[in-house]
Amino acid sequence: MSAEADDGAPGLSHEGRSKAEAIVALYPRKRSALVPLCHLAQSEHGYLTPAAINDIAGLVGCSAAEVRGTAGFYDMLHIEPVGRYVIAFCTNIACMLAGAYEVLSSAEDTLGVRVGGTTPDGLFTLEEAECLAGCDRAVCVQVNHRFFGPVDQAGFKSLVSDLAEGKLDDTVPHHGVLSRVSRSVGLPAAAQASTAARAES
Amino acid sequence: VITDAPKIVTARMGHEDSYTLQRYLATDGYKALRKALTMTPDQVHEEVNVASLLGRGGAGFAAGRKWSMKRAASPTYLVVNGDESEPATFKDHLLIERDPHAIIEGSIIAGYAIGAAQVFIFCRGEFALGYERLQTACNDAYAHGALGKSIFGSGFSLDIVIHPGAGAYICGDETALLESLEGKRGFPRIKPPFFPAAIGLYGQPTIVNNVETMANLPWIITHGGAAFSALGQGSSAGTRLFALSGHVVRPGWYEVEMSKTTFRDMIYDDSLGRGVREGREIKAFVPGGVSAPWFYGEHLDMGLDQDAVGQAGSMLGSGSIVVMDETTCVVRAAWRISRFFHRESCGQCTPCREGSGWVERILRRIEDGHGREDDIDLLMDICDNIAPGLGWPPKQTTICPLGPSIPSSVVSAISRFRDELLVHVKEGGCPLPADEVRHA
Repeated sequence: MSAEADDGAPGLSHEGRSKAEAIVALYPRKRSALVPLCHLAQSEHGYLTPAAINDIAGLVGCSAAEVRGTAGFYDMLHIEPVGRYVIAFCTNIACMLAGAYEVLSSAEDTLGVRVGGTTPDGLFTLEEAECLAGCDRAVCVQVNHRFFGPVDQAGFKSLVSDLAEGKLDDTVPHHGVLSRVSRSVGLPAAAQASTAARAES
Repeated sequence: VITDAPKIVTARMGHEDSYTLQRYLATDGYKALRKALTMTPDQVHEEVNVASLLGRGGAGFAAGRKWSMKRAASPTYLVVNGDESEPATFKDHLLIERDPHAIIEGSIIAGYAIGAAQVFIFCRGEFALGYERLQTACNDAYAHGALGKSIFGSGFSLDIVIHPGAGAYICGDETALLESLEGKRGFPRIKPPFFPAAIGLYGQPTIVNNVETMANLPWIITHGGAAFSALGQGSSAGTRLFALSGHVVRPGWYEVEMSKTTFRDMIYDDSLGRGVREGREIKAFVPGGVSAPWFYGEHLDMGLDQDAVGQAGSMLGSGSIVVMDETTCVVRAAWRISRFFHRESCGQCTPCREGSGWVERILRRIEDGHGREDDIDLLMDICDNIAPGLGWPPKQTTICPLGPSIPSSVVSAISRFRDELLVHVKEGGCPLPADEVRHA
């Protein structure tokens, strides 16, 4: 009843599901894994597909509507497809004082889309971001949450062409990949504690 | 160099590989943890009390006192707040990316002192590289024996989980952060209970500390709390990491001794900000995050001292200083800050949800030349409805402090620069040019 409508896009892969189970096991309550699993799902498809939302709901023990409702609260989680590269421009106070709105306006011309839009080739989505904590290199820009800056009009054009040519593939994975490093262990201390507790009882 | 205080949280930053276990061990890493494990948890707690370490997140609450408020029950959790999102604050970002082991070592020490069953380090989602480095550091700490079963053979066991945020300023509020960690929307919790130390994560006693607070602990254990409190003055002990940005020649992060370093030192000294760009005058500056009321030229000689800044009607807050030179339009500055609060308001409380939007739209129309003369009084009235009396610290009509932070910049701009707002209204637009682009 609460299942998401199917848009034909796949849910978590077999490998993704086993990673997800390992993440769920790190928390005293399954629901705590909801946001980490959303990141995991986005790393596979770039956004939260309806099927992935259903998978996450099953894994953390809540309804798909609760997953979607929670995900919708957070800026980084997307419930609709976005470009391969999501370019987020900070325009908050420090970047604004360094001319962020002027650079952003020229970036719209460069990409041919307005803030919130995705280029027709599906390569770039342009976003206006709140402070990204890169104020010492204002104007600061993130591409798939990897930092660039200071960026001016010319710098933005070369950033876009470098991305399009794949020159930055080593530093900028496709959208949705938060971390290329996974946790290597479970909870060895907790495992010991529960063994001790069982021994006592 | 203003004082000869040691670098406590930035000592390793000169090394390119400061974030690796190898460099950490080569620079005395995890020695403080070994020492702490030879002490009792109460002795560790007492060193932190003696250090007079104020929380480095924004509220500036004494860390040792916070630990004492813990309700005796089990399990107890330690949640380390690395969700740094206050505009113009980038000190925790630096620590997470460049010295993740110091945060982990400090967290284990704190976890030992409070008897934590498990530690969660909440890392802001947008810090992708920082998250990768924290996760790598955590993996390496387990492999090194600093985490997991019987740490360094001491019999004390502890697990740390690195938890990613997903983009929401409000999750920097400790109760919103706990909601987020429970897999929900980041809605701050209704008080009482006032402190997570009583009822926190999963309803259990929970201590929430900032990452910079944690990064200070290894030094405090190694050198003793007294050596830490000998730095700075009064309640503002130790050094603190500040983020300097805006119209300064050299924006960046600077660790300085508290109290003894002044705003003038921070902005003008050759070893720090090196002055305002192009030798211009300061119009105003933000002394501690955009939630803080603005300061001006007459405040430059004040020390970076929590009590002194508080008595002067503002706060050191999140440790970020933003300089605005004489070319800055205060309407545009206050508008952008209001826009931030409007976008980040979680929406639970009417004064914050509606007030931030009204303030943003009115400032926007003044900047665009469609303002009315009585808009200025209207702005003050709305702010007074959000934080009655407009005093400092602000009165709260909302669940969390986000709402009462909205008036700070608006009231500052109006109180100090009413004439500039009137010029916008009378001339039908902004008399100051758009911001100049800072070229790379």
